[in-house]
Amino acid sequence: MSLLSFLDRDHTVAKPGFSRWMVPPAALCVHLCIGQAYAFSVFNLPMTKLLGITQSTTADWKLTELGWIFSLAIFFLGVSSAVFGRWVEEGGPRRAMFTAALCWAGGFFVSAIGVYAHTLWLIYLGYGVLGGIALGIGYISPVSTLIKWFPDRPGMATGMAIMGFGGGAFIASPLSVWLMSKFSTPTHVGVAETFIVLGIVYFFFMIVGSIIVRVPAPGWKPAGYTAPVATHRLITRNDVFVYDALKTPQFWLIWWVLCLNVTAGIGVLGQASAMSQEMFPGHITPVAAAGFVGLMSLFNMGGRFFWASTSDYIGRRNTYFVFMVLGFVLYCTVPHTGSIGSVAGFVICFLIIISMYGGGFSTVPAYLKDMFGTRYVGAIHGWLLTAWSAAGIFGPVLVNYIREYNVTHGVPKAQAYNTTMYIMAGLLVVGFICNFFVKAVDARYHMAADDTRGEEAVGAEA
Amino acid sequence: MNTAKTEETTTLQLVLAWGFVGIPLALGVIQTLINAMKLFQ
Repeated sequence: MSLLSFLDRDHTVAKPGFSRWMVPPAALCVHLCIGQAYAFSVFNLPMTKLLGITQSTTADWKLTELGWIFSLAIFFLGVSSAVFGRWVEEGGPRRAMFTAALCWAGGFFVSAIGVYAHTLWLIYLGYGVLGGIALGIGYISPVSTLIKWFPDRPGMATGMAIMGFGGGAFIASPLSVWLMSKFSTPTHVGVAETFIVLGIVYFFFMIVGSIIVRVPAPGWKPAGYTAPVATHRLITRNDVFVYDALKTPQFWLIWWVLCLNVTAGIGVLGQASAMSQEMFPGHITPVAAAGFVGLMSLFNMGGRFFWASTSDYIGRRNTYFVFMVLGFVLYCTVPHTGSIGSVAGFVICFLIIISMYGGGFSTVPAYLKDMFGTRYVGAIHGWLLTAWSAAGIFGPVLVNYIREYNVTHGVPKAQAYNTTMYIMAGLLVVGFICNFFVKAVDARYHMAADDTRGEEAVGAEA
Repeated sequence: MNTAKTEETTTLQLVLAWGFVGIPLALGVIQTLINAMKLFQ
């Protein structure tokens, strides 16, 4: 069997007896690897000393220049998931995972050459562009497959995979630090070698995932599962073609719901360490702040599984209502915790907020499945991820610039974030309104039974 | 195209697959928890 045919969707169809519980670990193989992106910052400081070794020289790269690597990667995540979404959906998860593995490992190898040659644009190209494409394709590759394997618990299934994306940093961060310490010498910072080892390890992991993954056979259902007889107005039984979905108000309303939820979370996620120390001077030390950031990462990961699983019981729209209402209350409470000096209150507020930030990502694939059906949900999800790219710009800009404006206008540092918190709460009110207007998709967008668009996908399904 | 009639998944395969992703993740989570405890010290 040639490699190309092995990657083909037809060769991915599961035979009778295959356990669907093999699919979440396959998805995790990919998501845990690409989740490394959240830990890329561990390379920032070492990469500012590639020439000076112990301290930066004038020829060394600056942090501001290095910051673009991550930004580029997230930008290309959004772009590639949108552009390649239909290709991923129609070609099947194995081909997509394999391609993501090639791009992800390739990105590390090109970046290693960039570090070795001290050529920054090679790292922009490697990690930023190639790595970003791997992020986009890898992120959406198992989504629709999991939804099809778990029609009874679609939220939990996608929650497990997307939890992996949040958890990838837990593995990558200590592994990268350890590898750099092994490869570093008094005259050399071991970043290039670390990139090469990470590229090899991640390639191996992702390839294992692509080998394990299967799509269910046509008409397959879990044992004992019968589709609900009673119709739910917000859970469709029809499919909507990917480009038709983009024409519906529902898609854009959910786009804004995700964008606003992510904007509110991402802004504080990046500034949590500095914010906690400035709001509680003398109470939260830099070491304790680092612990706080670690705890937030755990809640970010756990929230992805918890909230997506919960959405299977209370519904997707209701889950987002919880995010918006509870988030609003918590953001409004944060300034109060600062004024009364309640570290515990502050920590609890942010841990819940960040769990809902993660939950927003993991619940949205099932929300899209409810609205647009399963056939093109991966491709539609790909387009929706542009909301993440947009939020990646809005969130940090809002937090940083408003804090800067307040500090330069004489507001004490301990209170400099208050305005931001109220603005974040306001964003969630807008998100609540958008979510409120999400209704069932008009029947004119539903695909007809004889619709021939996406023949390849139909071939595997029918 | 798949020609074999069945593809029975064994318990060992499930354990291996989940261990392959679960063990590194658990180690990472434990390491993060240890670091997070500094918040309460």
